[in-house]
Amino acid sequence: MNDLTPTREERIANLKGMGTSRKRVEDVRFTQGKGNYVDDIKLQGMLFGDFVRSPYAHARVKSINADAARALPGVVAVLTAADLAPLNLHWMPTLAGDKQMVLADGKVLFQGQEVAFVVATDRYIAADAIELVEVDYEELPVVVDPFAAMEPDAPVLREDLNGIMSGAHGPRRHHNHIFLWETGDKAATEEALGAAEVVAEEMVYYHRTHPCPLETCGCVASMDKVNGKLTVWGTFQAPHVVRTVASLLSGIEEHNIRVVSPDIGGGFGNKVGVYPGYVCSIVASIVTGKPVKWVEDRMDNLMATAFARDYWMKGRISATKEGKITALRCHVTADHGAFDACADPTKFPAGFFHICTGSYDIPVAYVGVDGVYTNKAPGGVAYRCSFRVTEAAYFIERMIEVLAIELGMDAAELRRINFIRKEQFPYQSALGWEYDSGDYHTAWDKALAAVDYKGLREEQAQRIADFKAGRTRKLLGIGLTHFTEIVGAGPVKNCDILGMGMFDSCEIRIHPTGSAIARLGTISQGQGHATTFAQIIASEIGLSADSITVEEGDTDTAPYGLGTYGSRSTPVAGAATALCGRKIRAKAQMIAAWLLEVHEGDLEWDVDRFQVKGAPERFKTMKEIAYAAYNQAIPGIEPGLEAVSYYDPPNMTYPFGAYIAVMEIDVDTGEHEVRQFYALDDCGTRINPMVIEGQVHGGATEGYAIAMGQEIAYDEIGNVKTGTLMDFFLPTAWETPHYTTDHTETPSPHHPIGAKGVGESPNVGSVPAFSNAVHDAFRAFGLRQSHMPHDHWRIWKIARDLGLHG
Amino acid sequence: MGKKMQVSLTVNGEVHEVLAEPRELLIHTLREKLGITGPHIGCETSHCGACTVDMNGRSVKACTVFVAQADGAEITTIEGLGGPDGLHVLQRMFREHHGLQCGYCTPGMITRAHRLLQENPQPTEEEVRFGMAGNLCRCTGYQNIVKAIMAAAAEMNAKEAAE
Repeated sequence: MNDLTPTREERIANLKGMGTSRKRVEDVRFTQGKGNYVDDIKLQGMLFGDFVRSPYAHARVKSINADAARALPGVVAVLTAADLAPLNLHWMPTLAGDKQMVLADGKVLFQGQEVAFVVATDRYIAADAIELVEVDYEELPVVVDPFAAMEPDAPVLREDLNGIMSGAHGPRRHHNHIFLWETGDKAATEEALGAAEVVAEEMVYYHRTHPCPLETCGCVASMDKVNGKLTVWGTFQAPHVVRTVASLLSGIEEHNIRVVSPDIGGGFGNKVGVYPGYVCSIVASIVTGKPVKWVEDRMDNLMATAFARDYWMKGRISATKEGKITALRCHVTADHGAFDACADPTKFPAGFFHICTGSYDIPVAYVGVDGVYTNKAPGGVAYRCSFRVTEAAYFIERMIEVLAIELGMDAAELRRINFIRKEQFPYQSALGWEYDSGDYHTAWDKALAAVDYKGLREEQAQRIADFKAGRTRKLLGIGLTHFTEIVGAGPVKNCDILGMGMFDSCEIRIHPTGSAIARLGTISQGQGHATTFAQIIASEIGLSADSITVEEGDTDTAPYGLGTYGSRSTPVAGAATALCGRKIRAKAQMIAAWLLEVHEGDLEWDVDRFQVKGAPERFKTMKEIAYAAYNQAIPGIEPGLEAVSYYDPPNMTYPFGAYIAVMEIDVDTGEHEVRQFYALDDCGTRINPMVIEGQVHGGATEGYAIAMGQEIAYDEIGNVKTGTLMDFFLPTAWETPHYTTDHTETPSPHHPIGAKGVGESPNVGSVPAFSNAVHDAFRAFGLRQSHMPHDHWRIWKIARDLGLHG
Repeated sequence: MGKKMQVSLTVNGEVHEVLAEPRELLIHTLREKLGITGPHIGCETSHCGACTVDMNGRSVKACTVFVAQADGAEITTIEGLGGPDGLHVLQRMFREHHGLQCGYCTPGMITRAHRLLQENPQPTEEEVRFGMAGNLCRCTGYQNIVKAIMAAAAEMNAKEAAE
């Protein structure tokens, strides 16, 4: 030993492993404009595709004349449903067990629907050619209201389903009905509600919105006719699933399809589904023999690909006079648009909405969800949340507030007396989930203390008095939320997408000189996987994270995985990564034993090395072991040092958190100011605190947008009223609140490193916090429920309707 | 389709002659013809700022500038910000303070911040938030972007004071 020998602390620090706020490796490229997004891909002879879209929400397509478009110099092809029909590609299966038109087949069902695909040598020529395609439409009656869609005499939207009274999720009871999905004990719930001392009932609407990542969806398809190989680069959150779907649809064998997700400019659920643009680009490339690029513009994106939410949730909750909740019932009317293209695990047509008992110990509950067709865009994706979890969290957190009003209780106290207690975990919920772990009371007390909740309520009481006395025109709202998520889908026994089990994977290969490459079945869209997964590996195998390359998104090289959405990367692929690292370590131990001439059992792992128990000066570092794996002939041990792990999670993970928004509201203008936003998250073991905090800031900002102004709105004839960023609210730095983040740490007992996932918690938790703040400001004046988004106009209307404008 | 025009523009110090239709947008010239793919396209309506470049000393949204309007212009993109010493202080600070996630808004964001700090070398946090309001980010919630810009301003000012 000499002075240059690193101390144990230095060795740990050198790893930059779990728990450190390691700076991101991705940023060196991104800050220099050297990202490689799909629209940056330029191939020799590449053509550009663009869609003719329907101006009508519901119309019969009587004829399409593309002669003038085809005659335009530079136009290579115009595809219509008639061209795709011989290939049986004019319709495609959706992830939800329905089917969707790739190009309009006889009729259109929503504004912006794809009618024809123009392929040209230049994007300007493609845009010109779109204008030259003549489509003769006959307008049909439009249904945008899901309740009206279920009226007996409502127009038939899906004529292709005429007479088919059974769908992928059971019987259909009406021509615009998709499914009824139920869970829980209906009879026992009704009985408890009937016998209850206090009952609150409310319709809670979570409006239609859109993930709207800054980069829209797109792809480049390139069919190499010489070697028969199709390559598709695209904005795919699940590249392996896209490859499997492409193979099933096209008949091209899976090994002859390579799907690559390059850098992705945000996904938030928008990039999980399979869209007509992908199918048309692939067909066009096969037809023309040239690479074809298709990239949506913002209007295409907001109008046609993947809306989120649109859940009408009718709730009934009961309690004792003291506030102990006795039962919960919810019926959802779910507006799925023209095709059921939700991206949920197959067996869960309403996603994991039945997490809607939230953080509370509710003895009995029932949920029924009716899926309904309307003349709106298809989708229903999980916009920065696990499947329908944000709808569930919003529902229960609004119902708690309404119940508090009914009981005349403080809403923080009502939550506290109903929380699932620490000692009840693992907890079986009335709707069938097993919550893995939690400590809600600790988190709640910490949050209330951090914001001085008592002081805030006193200030609010004074404010109300001042308002009534005419001394102020501003009200103060305190928005509370305690949410429980369910993420990390999921156990293969009940979670699949198109039959593919929702496991995930990691492969690690150690190079002779002690650096490594890891490949995963997931794909980062800004989450920083190249940084954080290297940290997990560093801690597991003792090589510095700086010496580990993480690669994702190329189906030719990455092991099969189901991709990144629903906060599943860390719970599922993160577990695979840790276990893969442990396989490497197990082999390394055998090699170390041989090198040190001791029995394997005489060795112990310490940070970055195996050392002889009781004689730590005798050791071999992972770096030395890696070299030996390639240059020594070790009896009974194969050369090389690599491993692969596929992880089938035994359960979901259940991150939770306590969020509090404090808001000033101007009664006369409807304007608001978020004075304070406190976010406490418990995502179990924390891999990179800097990245976690960044996720919370970003997710809370999306939640702020959703709660306070963002929506996909339609007029009564199905025109999209919010089809550009002029109308669709994305907050700027100017109006975005400042966030204070905090945490508790309750590791998941079943996850190899105890991590639970965090990317989506802030969206799930912040929406009810902001919305509850608005409601809370007006509680003293009689407000029970007002639907989001709470833009200035709607808040102004609340004040007017309550008679506060004098 | 219109008659093509000869346009001359200087991008990151290099002179380019391009032949373009009058309707061609600057962002397409940069990305498709000159291979400068740092600036991105996010909205086509001037709202998101992913396409922000510096044109004759002002921030512009390259998705709503015709290349014809850029004839004779001096343009700087994210690719032109770094110097011979490596990264620009803003590029370093965005990394240091985790001011980016997916990276799609980042080139426009940094290019705008660069101009903002020339317009106002010692901005308050409020001035940064207002001055950056033409650039949208969907990932970060802006808090760390603001922090990065404030830190860059501090470092630039300290360096200037030392000189």
